Formats: sequence, structure tokens, C-alpha cells
Amino acid sequence: MRHAEILHRCFRCGYCKLPSRFQDLNCPPYLKFRFESYAPGGRMWLLRAWLEGEIETSPRLSEILFSCAACGSCVEHCVFPAFKADLLDTFIAGREELVERGAVPGAVGRYLRAVHSFGNPYGLPEQDRAKWAEGLDVERYSDQEYLLYVGCPGSYDERGQRMARALAGLLLRWGVDFGILGEEERCDGNEVRALGEAGLFEQLARENIERLEAAGVRKIVTLSPHGFHAIKNEYPRFGGSFETYHYPQLLASLVAKRELPRGNRPLRVAFHDPCYLGRHNRDYRTPRAVLAALPGLELLEMDRTMADALCCGGGGGNFFTDVLGGGAESPARVRVREAAACGAEVLAVACPKCARMFDDAIEAEALGEELRVMDIAEIVQERCA
Amino acid sequence: MEDTYQALVKIVGASYVSRDPEERFLYARDPGTMEPREPDFVVMPGSTEEVRQIVLLANERRIPVVPMGGGLVLSGLTRPLKGGMVLDMKRMNRILEVNETARSAIVEAGASQGMLQAYLRKHHPGLKHSIPDAPPIATIAGNVLIYGSGHLSAAGGFHSDMLNGMEVVLPTGEVAKIGSCAASPYWFSRAPLPDLAGLFIGWHGTTGIATKLAIKLYPDRPLNDVGIFVVEDPELVPGVIHRLSGVAVAEDIVAFMANAPEWLRGFLLVNVSYGAETREELRLKRDLLRESVRTYIDEKVGGFMPLPPAMKQRFLEAPQTTLALFADAREGGGFEYVGAIMPIELFAEAYRKGLEIAERHGIPCSAGARIIGLGHCMMFFYGYAFNRADPSDVALAQQALEDTNAAVLGIGGIPWKAEAPAQKQIIAKMDPNTFSLMKRLREALDPRGIMNPGNWEAER
Amino acid sequence: MYELQYHPEICARCETFDCLTRCQYMDLDLESAREERRRLLDGEDSRVLRECATCYACEEYCPYGNHPFYLIVERQEQRQAWPVPVPLTKQQLRIMEPRGEIAPAKVTAPVVNLCAFSMLAGCIRGKLFEGASIISGRDIFCNVMWLHFAKSSVIRERLPRVIDNIVRCYLEPNGIDELICFHDECYGTYTQLAPAFGIEVPFKPVHLFEYLARRLVELKTEIRPIREKIAYQRPCSNRLIPETQHWVDEIFALIGVDRPQRQYDRENALCCATTIRIAQRENLADDVQKRNLDDMEAVGAKYCVFNCPACLLGLSEPVAERGMIPILMSELCQIALGG
Repeated sequence: MRHAEILHRCFRCGYCKLPSRFQDLNCPPYLKFRFESYAPGGRMWLLRAWLEGEIETSPRLSEILFSCAACGSCVEHCVFPAFKADLLDTFIAGREELVERGAVPGAVGRYLRAVHSFGNPYGLPEQDRAKWAEGLDVERYSDQEYLLYVGCPGSYDERGQRMARALAGLLLRWGVDFGILGEEERCDGNEVRALGEAGLFEQLARENIERLEAAGVRKIVTLSPHGFHAIKNEYPRFGGSFETYHYPQLLASLVAKRELPRGNRPLRVAFHDPCYLGRHNRDYRTPRAVLAALPGLELLEMDRTMADALCCGGGGGNFFTDVLGGGAESPARVRVREAAACGAEVLAVACPKCARMFDDAIEAEALGEELRVMDIAEIVQERCA
Repeated sequence: MEDTYQALVKIVGASYVSRDPEERFLYARDPGTMEPREPDFVVMPGSTEEVRQIVLLANERRIPVVPMGGGLVLSGLTRPLKGGMVLDMKRMNRILEVNETARSAIVEAGASQGMLQAYLRKHHPGLKHSIPDAPPIATIAGNVLIYGSGHLSAAGGFHSDMLNGMEVVLPTGEVAKIGSCAASPYWFSRAPLPDLAGLFIGWHGTTGIATKLAIKLYPDRPLNDVGIFVVEDPELVPGVIHRLSGVAVAEDIVAFMANAPEWLRGFLLVNVSYGAETREELRLKRDLLRESVRTYIDEKVGGFMPLPPAMKQRFLEAPQTTLALFADAREGGGFEYVGAIMPIELFAEAYRKGLEIAERHGIPCSAGARIIGLGHCMMFFYGYAFNRADPSDVALAQQALEDTNAAVLGIGGIPWKAEAPAQKQIIAKMDPNTFSLMKRLREALDPRGIMNPGNWEAER
Repeated sequence: MYELQYHPEICARCETFDCLTRCQYMDLDLESAREERRRLLDGEDSRVLRECATCYACEEYCPYGNHPFYLIVERQEQRQAWPVPVPLTKQQLRIMEPRGEIAPAKVTAPVVNLCAFSMLAGCIRGKLFEGASIISGRDIFCNVMWLHFAKSSVIRERLPRVIDNIVRCYLEPNGIDELICFHDECYGTYTQLAPAFGIEVPFKPVHLFEYLARRLVELKTEIRPIREKIAYQRPCSNRLIPETQHWVDEIFALIGVDRPQRQYDRENALCCATTIRIAQRENLADDVQKRNLDDMEAVGAKYCVFNCPACLLGLSEPVAERGMIPILMSELCQIALGG
């Protein structure tokens, strides 16, 4: 197994469980389950024990491995510089081993089969991919400057579709030259990769690269930071090299050149850093630059912010597999409580998974009167209406 | 077993009990060198009432119970030596109350060092607690109950000296209040009632389970500084410590040797940190500390090291991450240390023993001492890193630790939070009446012998 | 093998004893100064051995160039009147020990010698240092700092090897005979200290400030005058090479900064007090720094300009706390060039 040589170096000191100021638990599965086995250190020791035959393959072990939300908080906060960068990839490698043996939780298996058979995890027809764009003058990609890569939640999930419409509407309004693949688009594969199905990910990646190159795509702007991460960081090893932006990065350059309407009522907004834009790609600035440019918007920071952000729990495939489950200590619910506590009226997101996770969490927490979730495009649309 | 499992599920809920091999594997071990000992169950209570019910059940069925905080004691005290259940207390992690006027806090037993530090910094910025150099997930309770020490120990003594009161679940299931909280709504002190806290401190969880603690807090001063006094001769260290501590301005005094960087080898460094409200006060304290060791400076045998601002910030960091980092010194994630409580006058001898043992076994040793109070004693630590993937390396560290325990006892020190074998060595040296008293108290509190059995027991 | 080249008879005939009467850290009248200098010459105990702040200034004050400071250092070492506690000296000696890892390397002129301070390599950039090569490392450490530790024996031992390293590895193989010394320490070592001990220096040291001044003239059209007031922290080693002071004023004129007259500047400059602290004389260091910073603040300086890593270490934080910007001379020049 990849990184097997670092498993024994974990001291189980637990720095990986916490953010940099230690204020609360920051590892989503550990926060939820609370057994040491669900913490990164526990996972390291169990992986080693499993590889050495001291414990056997089991549904519990699979649940432990597949509960990781791939948020990267452990990578950020581990104190051992010699191997911290490889922590997350170690867990993915462990998942790959389980996938090879067919020892995955049922929901994971269903997810992977759906992507394999349908090109999306929803098991929905590919021809429905562009339904979100109905009524908008969004064109199919044909040599425009940008390809807007929508991704699966953006295409099929109701909340994701609202985000897609907001972003597309904004780009149209601002005269950005873009197109979409529509029915031709396929799953970017990021969650497939994070779930350890390396073979399927490679297949998806190669097919996508071929499709994109055949269409002459050069610049891509993604709706989902998961897609952003996969295309920017993983596709190059299969020969796919595109100038890739996550949408707030494009919006930041656009708002800088625009005169934005004044006279808005004040709005208190806290921005939640999505893991695949923040920790994984180190961009904490551009979404804030977009929000800060909007007149009347007061940008607040939650207690855990930027590299310390508490993941919504939707990564690592959990958005679909729901291994983390709900409950008062689920990360999404903890996070919306944190947003409400900092005085925000709007919890701003830049990811369709975060949007949906937090919408559900706000409902579960009965915070609907005080707090709502909006993605950056929706906020810009509203403030520039 | 099945009905015990079901009974536990009924108490804490299915999500918080495990008898699965994964949890049993992990909770059988801590990051030190002690051999694994598997529990039958791992249980995570969420309230005192749940703890009480678990203890009643354990008592009824004579099932061993081992309370666990962060599991970072490193000497294996949270391994169940005779099976049974491990109680992972970390779900009970709330900070219940902070009294600014009285400078005290009440926390649940699973509250972590890091979370309290963060909470105070945010909500009560003028206050701090004495934080040990353990990783921040370590619990306050776990550390207090083993006589931990930390960044305010020069001012306030052992962390157990900073304990104002407790709520405990006795081995027979009663919930008892310890300290003033037993007869007052305030948790202000252990005085003036008979001090029952001593029934739970240093007992390694063999006399009951703490569920709440009240601890002293200290001023978190806006300005902080650190000086590192350097000498070459270990014989000078007790005098240096005695004088520095006698000024009574230090918050923390740690004397240590360093193996890296190379230019620090062979020197003894005495790190003294202090805080102040104003620059004048900071300078005054600096001057007082310097004058206390004037004789060494004038004789040119010691002096305060020049410290660039960035290096000062590292030394002022609390907790220090360097302790955890030492675990990778052998690229093997293993670290254990003997912490020996002893008088400061034994420093040179203790230090030489450490070098001797390290050389004999051919392994690097990290040694030093945290000063308790005004030099009233010290916690002299001998840290050994090891590669847990190499059984011979683990064995080497184990042997070094064993030799260190013996050496420490030989010179009049006593290992702190001693692993089970070292406990037996301590008992062998102990006044028989003292140990007999311990046994009687334990039998009185825990007639069914369920609390962390195998600890504080003499060789049969 | 290398002896201090001084002439005791010059001191014996001296009538002013500027070396001691002008000292900023010891209060000595003429008669006391005469007596203490005699004691130093005769190798007897003297209060100077204990009270000297090792600021090097008397090397400048002596009108005869008779190395009064170097004699103090010799005597300190001979009499083991250590200014700094022995363990700290041993640590510093270890930190700065040559590594013995130097090998010939390709460099092209202009060659900038950063001495042991490789962390400053980022300063050597842009048009100001176009085409420059950098040399640095402990194997070419100038060793002048041991004057603060009463260890001129270490200088005599290590400096000849350092000079040999520079020549053998960097200058000879590349046909270069000129070396730009980034710091006053190095320039002072190779032009004043080495000759004082009879150590030969077979290359031409160029002071950084001379290089900067020349370069700024060449880039004159690109300079945007800074138009701010500055205070200049003159490093102690510049006392060995006062003839380079004029470059400071020339550079400031070229980059358009104003150096208001202040009490503790030029010949009256105060030590940064970093080594006074290492000598455990914290109260003196506090006083010296306070007077120095009060003086800078009083003239409304926006920048405090440095050219020494030790000064920067000891003073940059206090300077910043007073609302001034600590900055190296070369960095100030970069600002003037828009960099």
C-alpha cells in the first residue's frame, strides 16, 4: 500500500483532531463518532494493524476508513513535518486496498456503481444534465473563452442547480464568454478518487480529458471546488492540462473591474472555506475579495476560519454515502451553530455540497429565522440586482 | 458478555459502546512501550449519571473499569490490565463555569487542555490555566490526577495543587463531591473540609472516576518574556534553580539538555518564563531574576543566552510541540519518558544517570526537569524515542526506561505516573505501613476490586 | 604567529588618551585614562577590562591608529577577564565554527560576500545587483565578532584560513580579485583588522556602500526619491573603517532621504547594545537603546537604516515598536529603485 512506510510513525498525539487554536474538534468523523478509531491517528494505527494481519477486514473497519471526509484538516494540523503531507493520501490508499477486496460500505459500492454505469452518482440520465440551464441563454461550448464545468451536484441536485443558475446568470449578465458541455459533461471523478476507486477515476479522467481536448477547451471555470481540484491537480498526470479556475477566482477579477451598485441594506456574511478551495488549494483570499467588494456587506469570520475551517462533512464521498450521518454533533450542524454564533445572517459558501449540507443542517438546528445559506454567485446576484 | 453489551447500550446508546476488534485493538495500546492489553468494551459516557450507571453495572458483574482521558500518559495506565471496559471520558468535555473574580474554572473530566486554553483566550482573556506540554487533546482531569505539571508550575506547583474540588463517581456507584463544593454552592477550595481529593490523586484511576473538576486559573499577562540561563556544569544547576525560583516571579522554570542543534550539546539550559502588565514590570522581573544569579554571571560560569524574537516566541509557546516531535526522532512514532519527582539538589546526579543509561543502550535521551513551586522539587524527565515498527528498538527503549526507573528510585526520586512494573518497584521501596494504608483505603472504596485492577498492586 | 601590530611608545607619549576619555560607556578623566592605559600596556588589571562595552569606537578615536581596542581585547584574553560568560562564548564559537565543506565554485563579478549570513541572499536582486554572484557560509565567516568575546586568538586562528578559502575557491579559479563586502564587519576585517595582526589579504575588498553609490549613479534616471527622514544605525565595525562614512551620505543624497542631525550619530553613534546584552549588562543595554531610539524618534525618522545583522537582531523590534521601519541600507536603495 502506498505510504505504508509512514503508518508506524504516527504518535497518536491528537493534534490532527484539532484546529490551530485547539478550540474544538476539527476532524469530522472524530467529531461525529468520538472513538479514537475514527480519528486520523487511530486510522493510521488500524491501517497498519490491518496490513500486518493483526485485525481483519470488517464492516467496522470499512466504516472507519470511509468515514474520512477528506477535508485535509489533519494534514494541516499534524505536527510531524516528515510525513504530514501524506496523511490524507494514506487514507485514500487504504480505501483503495478495501476497494480492491470489495470490502466497502454498501453506500460506497452503490455510489461507485452508479458513476460507472451512469456517469453520475445519481443514476439519472445524462441527457438531464443540462436541465438546470433551461430558460437561460446558456450556450453549448463551442470555442468560447471559458468552459463552465458544472459537475454532478450542480447538474442534478436541486440546491446545486440553483447555484448553477445563479452563476450562469451572473456570467451572462456580465458578458463573460462561456459555454457548457451540457449532456456531454461527465462526473469529474474527484469523489471517486477520494473513495479509492483509482481505476475508475483514471478512466473518468482520461475520458474527460479526451472530451475536453476534442472540444478545444483551454480555460475551465468550475462550479464545484471538488471538480476544480481534480481537473487542476489530478488530471495533469493523465496528460490533461487546462487553465482551471474555481468560480470565485473568476468573479474576483470581474468585480475588481466593475462599479457595483450602492445603497444596499447592510448584510452580515460569514464565509465558509470549502476544503477543496481552501486547505487543499490554499486559496482563502479570492472568495473574500469578492464579498469584500460588495457595498454594504459586512464580512465576519467564524471562530474557525481559513485553514482551520470545520468541513461540512460532505467530502470524501460522504455527500453521497452519508457514512457520517446526521445528529447534533455532525459537522454541518456544528458549523451552522458556529455561523449563527458569530452573528452572521448569511453563511456564504462556494461549493454545491456545502450549500446542501448547510441548508439541511440549518433546518435540523431550527436556525432558519436567523441564518440562510447563499453561495457567492447568489450573493453577488442579490446585491447587484 | 452479550447482556453486558446490551446493558451498556441501554445506558449510553449504541453509538457510544463498542466491542469491535478495531476499538479493542486501539484502546489496548497507548503510544508508549507497554504491551497491549485489550478491553472487552470501550464505552463513552456523556454524563455523570451515565458514568454512575456504568459503574453500578460493573460493580454488579465485577467487570474491571479503566477511566481514560487523552490516553497520552505514555506509561500505559489506561490499558486495561485485566480486561473489562475502558471509559473514554472525552465526550464529557464541557467547560461549565469560569469565575473571574475567584480565578477558577469548573470543567467536565473529559475537557481538553487545548479547548480550555482557547475558551479562556476568547472569553476570559485575562486568565489562563497551567497547561502541560502534552498534546492539547490531553485532558485536564487526566493530568491533574497524575500530578501533572506545566507552564505555571513554578508559580502554582503541581497541577494537583491547583485543584479546588471534584465530583467523583465512587467505585460503588455513589456520586461524591470533593472540596468546598460538598457543603457550598462554590467550588473555591479543598479547604476547610477534610481533604478527600488525596483519595483520587496519584491513584491511577483505582479509587473512582472523576467527572468534574474545579481548577485554579492564573493571570494571563499581556507581556511575556523568557530567559535561558546557560551553564556547563550540572552541579551548578540546583543553585541556579534555587536562586531563580526564590525570586518568586517565574511562571515556569525548566532545566534541560538539548541534543540538537549541535551547538547546544553539553550545556544545561534553565528556561525561565514570566509575565507582566507593563514593560517596567517586565524589566524589573528580568532584572530581579538576573540579580538572583549574579554570582554565576560574575564568575563567568553562566549567563542568559541571546534569544532572537522568533526563538523567544517558540520558547513561550504553550504547549510546546517539541515534546511530541521528539517521538519521530527514531522515525518511529514512539516516545515514552520516566518523569521522576525528586528534590532539585539531585539534578546533577539524575542528569549523569540519564547520560549513562543513554550511552549504555546507545540511544538518544532527552532529559530535563520542570521545577515545582519555589524549587520545592522537580519533575525530572528522561525521554526515549523509539521506532515502534522495530521490536528491538522498542525493547531497547523499554530496557532504558526500566533502568531509569531503577536508577531514579536508587537516588531517592520517585517515578511519576509509573507504568505497572515500576509501580511494583515503588511499592517494594515503600514504607509497608504506607502501602498497607493504601490497600485498606482501596478495599474500602472498591470492595469488588473493579477499578483499574493490576495497578498499585504488590508483586505476588 | 600573528601578533598585534601596535606601538606602546605611541601610547606612552599620548597626551589626550582619546581612546578612554571619549569613551561613551566609561567615565574617565584624563588622569584616570592615563593610568588605565598604562595598566593595559603593562598587562596589569584594569577596570577597563571589565567595563569596556566592546563598541570598537576607540579604534576610531585614536589619532595614531595604534589599536587601543585590540589591545584591550588582547589583555582581556590574557587575563581571562571575559566580557561574556564562558558557556555563551563556547556556544557562539560552535555556532560559527567553519564547516570545512567549501569547494571551488563558479562565480562572476561583481561578487558579493555575505559572510556567514546566507539568509540575506534575497537582498541581492534586481538591477541594483544585476549579474552579481553571492558567496556565503561559515567557511568564509570573517570572525571579527570574537572581539566582543575577548577571543582574538580565534580570529588569528580562523581568519587566515577564511582568506585562503575565499581566494582558493572563489577568486583565483574565476580570475577575480575584487570582493564586495556586504557588511562593515567583513570590510573592516580585511582592510583594518587583518593588517593590524599582520595577516595578508591578497584581494581588494570593496565596501557595499561604495558599490551601491556607484550603482545608484549608473541607475540615476530610475531613482524615485524617497523623501523621508531616516536615522542611520552605524555599526560598531564601521569604527574600524571611518573613511567609508562618506558613502553613507552620498547614498542618502542619491536616494533622496534626509538624515537629520541627531545627538547619537556619526562619531557619537551608540552601539546597538546587542553584545552589551550578551555580556549580561542588561541595564546598560536598556539605557543605551533608549537614548538611541529616543534620539531617532526626536528627529522624526521614518526609517532606521541598518547595515549589520547583529544591530538588526537587537534593534529591529524596539525600532518597530517606536513606529519606525527597520531596514537594511540595500533594501532602502531597492525602494528608491521601485523594487
